[in-house]
Amino acid sequence: MSGTILEVENLSVDIPVAAGMLHPVRGIGFSVSRGETLCIVGESGCGKSLTSLAIMGLLPKTARRNADRIEFLGRDIRNLREREMARLRGGSMSMIFQEPMTSLNPSYTIGNQLAEVYLRHVEQSRAAARDRAVFLLEKVGISSAASRLGQYPHQLSGGQRQRVMIAMALMCGPELIIADEPTTALDVTIQAQILHLLAELQREFRMGMILITHDLGIVARVADKVQVMYAGKTVEEGPCETVFDAPMHPYTQGLLRCIPIPGRTRRGERLGSVPGIVPNLVGELSGCLFRNRCDHARDACAGMRDDEPTRMGDGHAYTCLRAPGEISGELQAAEAP
Amino acid sequence: MTEAPAPALETVEVTCVFQVSQGLLRGSKPLRAVNGVSLKIPRGQVVGLVGESGCGKSTMANILLGLQRPSSGDVLYAGNSAAGFSRREIARRIQPIFQDPYSSLNPTKTIESIVSQPLRIHSVGAPSEWSARVGEMLDVVGLPRRVASSYPSQLSGGQRQRVAIARALIMRPEVVICDEPTSALDVSVQSQILNLLQDLKEEFGLTYLLISHNLAVVQHMADRVAVMYLGRIVEEADSDTLFNDPRHPYTRALLGSVLTPDPRLGVPDTHLGAVFPNPIDPPPGCTFHPRCPDCMTICRSEPPQPAVDGGHNTECHLYGGAVTPRTATQ
Ligand SMILES: Nc1ncnc2c1ncn2[C@@H]1O[C@H](COP(=O)(O)OP(=O)(O)OP(=O)(O)O)[C@@H](O)[C@H]1O
Ligand SMILES: Nc1ncnc2c1ncn2[C@@H]1O[C@H](COP(=O)(O)OP(=O)(O)O)[C@@H](O)[C@H]1O
Ligand code: SF4
Ligand code: SF4
Ligand SMILES: [Mg+2]
Ligand SMILES: [Mg+2]
Repeated sequence: MSGTILEVENLSVDIPVAAGMLHPVRGIGFSVSRGETLCIVGESGCGKSLTSLAIMGLLPKTARRNADRIEFLGRDIRNLREREMARLRGGSMSMIFQEPMTSLNPSYTIGNQLAEVYLRHVEQSRAAARDRAVFLLEKVGISSAASRLGQYPHQLSGGQRQRVMIAMALMCGPELIIADEPTTALDVTIQAQILHLLAELQREFRMGMILITHDLGIVARVADKVQVMYAGKTVEEGPCETVFDAPMHPYTQGLLRCIPIPGRTRRGERLGSVPGIVPNLVGELSGCLFRNRCDHARDACAGMRDDEPTRMGDGHAYTCLRAPGEISGELQAAEAP
Repeated sequence: MTEAPAPALETVEVTCVFQVSQGLLRGSKPLRAVNGVSLKIPRGQVVGLVGESGCGKSTMANILLGLQRPSSGDVLYAGNSAAGFSRREIARRIQPIFQDPYSSLNPTKTIESIVSQPLRIHSVGAPSEWSARVGEMLDVVGLPRRVASSYPSQLSGGQRQRVAIARALIMRPEVVICDEPTSALDVSVQSQILNLLQDLKEEFGLTYLLISHNLAVVQHMADRVAVMYLGRIVEEADSDTLFNDPRHPYTRALLGSVLTPDPRLGVPDTHLGAVFPNPIDPPPGCTFHPRCPDCMTICRSEPPQPAVDGGHNTECHLYGGAVTPRTATQ
């Protein structure tokens, strides 16, 4: 597809730890096109952040990355030097992290920090950088933007800092935004404001976006495509509506049954659960790693090839040895009164 | 209505003022974290307390637990003023479960020591019985007894929150104050903890104050809900009423911000201003007015008075007199 911005194939990350080799990301792939939002969803520790860091070349020093392909704007970026990667980051590929205070420098003014990315990546004109900063601060809903340029991060509220982060991510007109839990630390009203804003800006500038979150509500509302991760693997992926309407993997189904949904779950009613805990990802791993928590697990699951998803067409695929007929039969039975 | 039983817990016009330093030589200014709050927590019910970060929820929790002395107003335990209770008597009635199961458990103590801590502090029962009571509590919260000798770092987040629940319940309290009990947990673990809290409520006839920023969780659990903004309760009603007929513009924005997992809906526009209030220097009139989509002239200068309509209380000039039906802002 010509609109493809990023293509990743068979990406894995290994990190040597005291107990042996940790395999936090185990061969995942996806693509993002212009104007498209891909959501990566999963519980803590499933490898979401490492996946995004791996793409941006920001993995911890000890980590090893392998991939059959990481192509950004048609260019293989696997072997770029750090200097070239740094030029991409903050330029055509930019990111928004969960905690704005860790990415904003407390000792420089907002104006300085916004200008700095622009001067580094786009052009050497202070006046142009300032104009762009004011334009974007207004865009992200910061009132009296010009007078904010002289403020320091600690003088802003959490929501305002996150807005500044978004403005900073947009300074150089990126093609791709990678946002890792961008609203997790924020209040619900501010979360809605920020996500609304991101979606609007993304549409306006036709950017691709990878949004990483553990919140299924956010995924449903913003994603075009969804990728459900478990233990470093994609267990299900597909168009947003399809995945929410007809989830095929027991893990996706389980997650959806866990959350109270106003209007669907009744007050005080028992919520579904996914008992058990995630497996240890150190050493040799084989078979379906969800099997210690899966209601449908059987002997064959221990020998399942987890690199051969069942494809349903439409880009919907899941990695489980249960046949589509078996699963949809059950879903229908469950919905019948 | 005359002879209703006294609520398990009640605050009467409670105010809590902190002196906040303004930096060297500039002295300090008062911050009204809680500003004249009257809240009843009826026996056997779950009261939800919601509102944005810094609005005073945890301060309320601390006041109810007797950990923070209010600057004025009174806390009533089963109708009796807190002044007549010792710390130990309060602790026997009310116990907390805090948000972060990672930092609220002492990492250097065993689970047995952590769970039995309230018994030790308040010298409840004979020390020889403590171990057996810890074992019983671990059963109750669904933890294997062998974790008694483990340390917090050896447990998962969900298990640690079960430990915190066991510690709260070992005193056999009547009321449990749950301050964001599941916010630090993954959804699959959150659902287990919510189910457990629900079961324990039935089993022990508990009363809960549930503080949460997750409105879906509050709607799932609470019988009554109070919405707090800058130290005031701006709306309060039974759960169905509040969720079906929210009145205060802040409540509406809050409910409108809930992102249910419906792939056919986008992210709603809250119509809220982005200006954040400074609690040390709150806006005049209605403190919500700089963000309110329905702000009127009077709102900028006159603080609204509480209006009571059955059990549905709203503090907003739109509802100052008779309640007028309005179309939703959304
Ligand atoms: N010991 C203290 N000294 C000074 N100010 C305080 C103190 N404790 C709380 N505050 C202030 O009182 C206000 C209410 O704080 P509180 O912790 O009750 O908020 P909260 O509603 O629990 O917020 P969150 O959702 O972030 O937990 C805040 O402005 C806070 O900064
Ligand atoms: N620098 C590191 N060294 C060792 N292990 C790490 C490191 N960073 C992350 N991990 C481990 O890798 C796994 C995936 O981490 P992460 O991608 O941060 O998860 P997520 O973002 O999905 O919560 C976790 O088990 C985590 O503990
Ligand atoms: S492969 Fe087996 S254990 Fe894994 S999700 Fe499918 S049924 Fe469950
Ligand atoms: S009193 Fe006025 S400003 Fe305050 S919430 Fe009501 S309408 Fe809005
Ligand atoms: Mg992460
Ligand atoms: Mg709090």
